[in-house]
Amino acid sequence: MATSAHAAPTTAERPAVQPSAPGSRAAITVTRTGPLTVVTDLGRPGHAHLGVPRSGALDPEALRLANRLVGNAEGLAGFEVLLGGLELRAEAGVTVAVTGAPMAVWCRGEHGGRRAVGSHRAVHLRAGERLELGVPAAGLRGYVACAGGLEVLSELGSRSTDLLSGLGPAKVADGFRFELGAAGEVPAEAGPVPVSVPPARIVVPVLLGPRDDWFADPAGVLRATVWTVGSASNRIGLRLAGQPLVRVPERAGTELPSEPMCPGAVQVPPSGQPVVFLADGPTTGGYPVVGVVPEAALGALAQARPGSEVHLHPA
Amino acid sequence: MSPAVRLLRFGGSGVLVELSSGAEVMAAYRTLRAALADGTLGDVVELVPAARTVLLTVAAGTTPPHEQVRELLTRPLDALGGSAGPGEVAGAADVVIPVRYDGTDLDLVARTAELTVPEVVELHCSAEYTVAFCGFSPGFGYLTGLPEPLRQARLDDARPQVPAGSVALAGEFTGVYPRSSPGGWRLLGHTDQVMFDPTADPPARLAPGDRVRFDRVR
Repeated sequence: MATSAHAAPTTAERPAVQPSAPGSRAAITVTRTGPLTVVTDLGRPGHAHLGVPRSGALDPEALRLANRLVGNAEGLAGFEVLLGGLELRAEAGVTVAVTGAPMAVWCRGEHGGRRAVGSHRAVHLRAGERLELGVPAAGLRGYVACAGGLEVLSELGSRSTDLLSGLGPAKVADGFRFELGAAGEVPAEAGPVPVSVPPARIVVPVLLGPRDDWFADPAGVLRATVWTVGSASNRIGLRLAGQPLVRVPERAGTELPSEPMCPGAVQVPPSGQPVVFLADGPTTGGYPVVGVVPEAALGALAQARPGSEVHLHPA
Repeated sequence: MSPAVRLLRFGGSGVLVELSSGAEVMAAYRTLRAALADGTLGDVVELVPAARTVLLTVAAGTTPPHEQVRELLTRPLDALGGSAGPGEVAGAADVVIPVRYDGTDLDLVARTAELTVPEVVELHCSAEYTVAFCGFSPGFGYLTGLPEPLRQARLDDARPQVPAGSVALAGEFTGVYPRSSPGGWRLLGHTDQVMFDPTADPPARLAPGDRVRFDRVR
């Protein structure tokens, strides 16, 4: 797999750049966003009864790791970057880290030359230097943490952009400047940590229910089908295409009164093609949920590219 | 009398309580919300009512309190604690929403109901409603209590853009669109009230269990 994640130069070759000093505050400017970059953290759980989705990082473990690498609390706000391409400029010295889908990462000096610095490790940028993200060779979403975290307005306890409900900051656009919070102590061993390469074939468990009894042989169909990730997938839901789930005759044409939903719920619309709700998914829905993907497995689905294979293991 | 309670698995960290009426959902939600406030249910992340079900979720890796939920909900309803009266959610508010009845679908609603437009307005603003649940978008409450002649189908084709503050109805529900969004409900009018403000406390003008009246403004 072609990734430069471990190709960072040795300490000896690298110019001496200091980590963010504890307590220092800096700022960064996004100079290029790539296909889609949003601000994200661990979301705003606890408000679903008001119609507020949880939102937050689709691959939360990757965000937590990025934050740990730069000495942040795990839940500080960073960037979720779809298919790479993000470039940002340090307005003052700042420590950053890129995690998630494996991708090349460079540091470009003020005078144009760039060096590969790699993902999954702390990178110290001097004022004026730029961080540049390549395109992931596998997977979909990268995470960028900056020491101190992105200081944007918190809404209902979270700084996450929610693309369904419109809560949180706007999608990141070229030229956006972000103030950072007070930096913590950058850990002495701030990576590199091993990069987990998203597999071409993703296997996730599904716990059947609450409405598995609406479908004919749901476990059999879910297990036997090679599901393909649809191109309309987004932060709201992962669309799966394959052998349709068919309702049992007594449920055919029945309307389900609106039911609560949560991330991981596998909802089956009349087409029989399931949608796995992700972090920005709605809090209620009108189609039956055949099963629920455990939260711990949702990070893998966040990295599933359109066209890739998903295997479901019902239990 | 205890409601007919059925508990269904909703993943490893959720339990879905299924009931047979909206009134039972409200009673169950009230009971569980009160138990949540007392701390008797442990670390609950979400408690979400909908039309016939209530979902309770706990943090990933912990087990939902099936037994406590069953025990709480199979007690006779009149023995349920809390200061709220029957059918009320602790902390439920009385909300009055001023409405200008100038909606695009008033004539359609009147024709369907075989009433005049003033009669439709009078019916809508003289009824008392309850927020059964929220969903669709933050702060969008599904209000029950709609007079029978106003229970009408959704539009055949949803509008791509319904203005924020639109007061509308569909099926057994009426409600207010908190922000501009696509929508298939029949539009009766609009309010200038802010229905959802993420920086306010509470953020939503309406929460499940609140009682709502619409006040006609000209």
